[in-house]
Amino acid sequence: MRPEILSFPEFSKRLTGRHLAALMGLPGRSGSVLMMAVTTPGAPEPEQEASACPPGGIQLPATVVEGAYPSLTPDHPQAHWFEREFFEQWGVRPEGHPWLKPVRFPQGHPGLTDFFQVQGEEIHEVAVGPVHAGVIEPGHFRFQCRGEEVLHLEISLGYQHRGVEQALPGASPGRAMAYVETLAGDTSVGHALAWCRNLEALAGVRVPPRAEVLRAVALELERLANHCGDLGALAGDVGYLPTASFCGRLRGDLLNLTALACGNRFGRGWIRPGGVAWDLDAVRAEQMRTRLGRVMKDVREALDLLNRSGSVQARFERTGIVTRQVALDLGLVGPAARASGLALDCRRQFPWGPYLQPPFPVCTARVGDVASRAQVRHDEMEVSARFLDGLLSSLPEGPVRTEMKGLASKAFSVSLVEGWRGQICQVAATDTQGNLLACKVVDPSFHNWFGLAVALRGQQISDFPLCNKSFNLSYCGHDL
Amino acid sequence: MISMLLGLLLAPLLAGVINRVKAFFAGRRGRPLFQLYWDLARLVRKHMVLSRTTTPVFLLGPALSLASLVTCLALLPLGGPALLLFPGDLLVLLGLLGLVRFATVLAAMDTGSSFEGMGASREVAIGALAEPGMFLALAVLVVQTRVVSLSELWAHRGLDLWNSAGLVLALVGVALFLLLLAESCRIPVDDPNTHLELTMIHEVMVLDHSGPALAAIEYASSLKMWIGAVLISSLLFPFHTGSAGLDLLAGVAVVFLVALAVGLVESTSARLSMLRVPQFVGLSSALSLLALFLVIR
Repeated sequence: MRPEILSFPEFSKRLTGRHLAALMGLPGRSGSVLMMAVTTPGAPEPEQEASACPPGGIQLPATVVEGAYPSLTPDHPQAHWFEREFFEQWGVRPEGHPWLKPVRFPQGHPGLTDFFQVQGEEIHEVAVGPVHAGVIEPGHFRFQCRGEEVLHLEISLGYQHRGVEQALPGASPGRAMAYVETLAGDTSVGHALAWCRNLEALAGVRVPPRAEVLRAVALELERLANHCGDLGALAGDVGYLPTASFCGRLRGDLLNLTALACGNRFGRGWIRPGGVAWDLDAVRAEQMRTRLGRVMKDVREALDLLNRSGSVQARFERTGIVTRQVALDLGLVGPAARASGLALDCRRQFPWGPYLQPPFPVCTARVGDVASRAQVRHDEMEVSARFLDGLLSSLPEGPVRTEMKGLASKAFSVSLVEGWRGQICQVAATDTQGNLLACKVVDPSFHNWFGLAVALRGQQISDFPLCNKSFNLSYCGHDL
Repeated sequence: MISMLLGLLLAPLLAGVINRVKAFFAGRRGRPLFQLYWDLARLVRKHMVLSRTTTPVFLLGPALSLASLVTCLALLPLGGPALLLFPGDLLVLLGLLGLVRFATVLAAMDTGSSFEGMGASREVAIGALAEPGMFLALAVLVVQTRVVSLSELWAHRGLDLWNSAGLVLALVGVALFLLLLAESCRIPVDDPNTHLELTMIHEVMVLDHSGPALAAIEYASSLKMWIGAVLISSLLFPFHTGSAGLDLLAGVAVVFLVALAVGLVESTSARLSMLRVPQFVGLSSALSLLALFLVIR
């Protein structure tokens, strides 16, 4: 694929009605910067089925900017976070951006910044983090409250910025793999897959069918484990113990299924360029299938308790609503977007291998509250478990890895994978010698953090942990 | 005297019982029954960290709470009349419980932390609704029996009252149980196990306390729960078998049954949204008021 270089107004127009998967910069001639967007088709109309993206569905509009340019955010709110990142990375100022400040603070301290403030006698400010009471990642949350009601929440991240995007092009293949598998610790498989698919596309290598199926197995196991953990954590946040405890254990059982195949609970070391590093013999495949069946039986019981408990549903319903329009404007992805009625799922839009036939079902809900986000996760678990069962009972024969070749020179590749948290977008470009020149990584969290901030408006501050858990975003995946 | 010592000794066990019930429903083994005792022993041996922003009020909070609650124990009959009894002692009991809240809130505000201020404001809001409920519940019993001392209430006719005024007692019982849940910061009002500061009520007010001060707070919390449970046990199920030992045993048994019930509630329901808590606490006032109408009808 090649970027299309357009005039700025034309570039801006090309974003209309599309989902902005990534916005990145490439060094241009004489100090200018090539601003390039990766766009995918926007969400289908409500009640309409999502469909596979036709060839050419991914567009790469680009434009040359220098010094400053009129901000895209007023017309395209989904560019809000991306433009701040672009400003931070390239020093090009988007004029008229509503809230221009860094997102990761590579220089300076993430928490030491001016926050949006609400003035008034009855207003009080609550600062949470970066060190939290639970064993979670660091991030700072600044609430503007009137009593218990949250008027505004600003999220300041960047505490875990470690320069992965910058380190990836020059890293040895082994080290790059290690970076990618720990971009976001809970999405090892998703990011590894996106990375490998980019390398394979650049090298023109075809992955054997058996490896593609095993990759899908890894991806869906990761989804099952994380969705299960999330639903348990949601129950825990409202103090509903039975489901919290059961799901905590079942998440471990699901992670162990991944360990059964590759020796690592998070699937590290399983997915490698050219295929997978570990085959799954027939005995293990059968073992995995029976164990999966057993775990899912328990999962259903635990979630049945959750769904039938009135006190739990009373907490989930109408809490943290993100309307369809807001989700669309902000460019949300993954279960959070689908809970608001956006039928966006890379497995359906950009299918590969076992996802090609039949079309993968997309689980959506309508309301966009915590209950919807829980419902979508629950439904996706059922779909994934059924899909996995089918994969494991009919693994194609053949090798699981092909030899990698050198990367094509002056080439460009975009990889879109539906990780458990949503759309993972990775972009890779090579130079004239076929070495990696630039890499761009967009974790789904990057799209969704602002969605969480908006979901909190007008909510009770005591419901923040619940809303936060219903999004369950990655800090390190965002900070890179 | 014995009942008071028993209270001081057994109060932390209630938390152990509740945790065991919850663990059972969650399919876990749960922490040891006597864990709170070990925790208290550990905390007492620790150093205290005091924030530079705090004043002596910060330590006065736990001290005053503990002293008030121990005094409350002396006023409570259990298996026999209380150590201290005088007409109107129930008003002193309620006053002391109010003092506990006042001291805790003041100590929380003393830190200047936005979290603790938030917790204090929630605590006061709930207290404003819980205290009338408590007064009304006791008023029902006073009007019904025409005596104005806790020990006399215990002594008054005992279980016979259930035959003549069962409905009234049941209403008061439910009201007292709801108040117990609210006052001892249990689900569905508060979640004693959460680590999420933004959702806490009681726990967030004591975030800055450590060492012996925290031990005093933890111990005071268990005493508060004990007092709530004893109120239910002694005022609604007073046993008069003739043997003082048996009476005490039966009274303590009821106290632990109440803990069991708290555990059951916690195991099977989620926390209420903060917006619903006032309705929940207000329900106790409504029930007591209804009982009062039935009595003075």
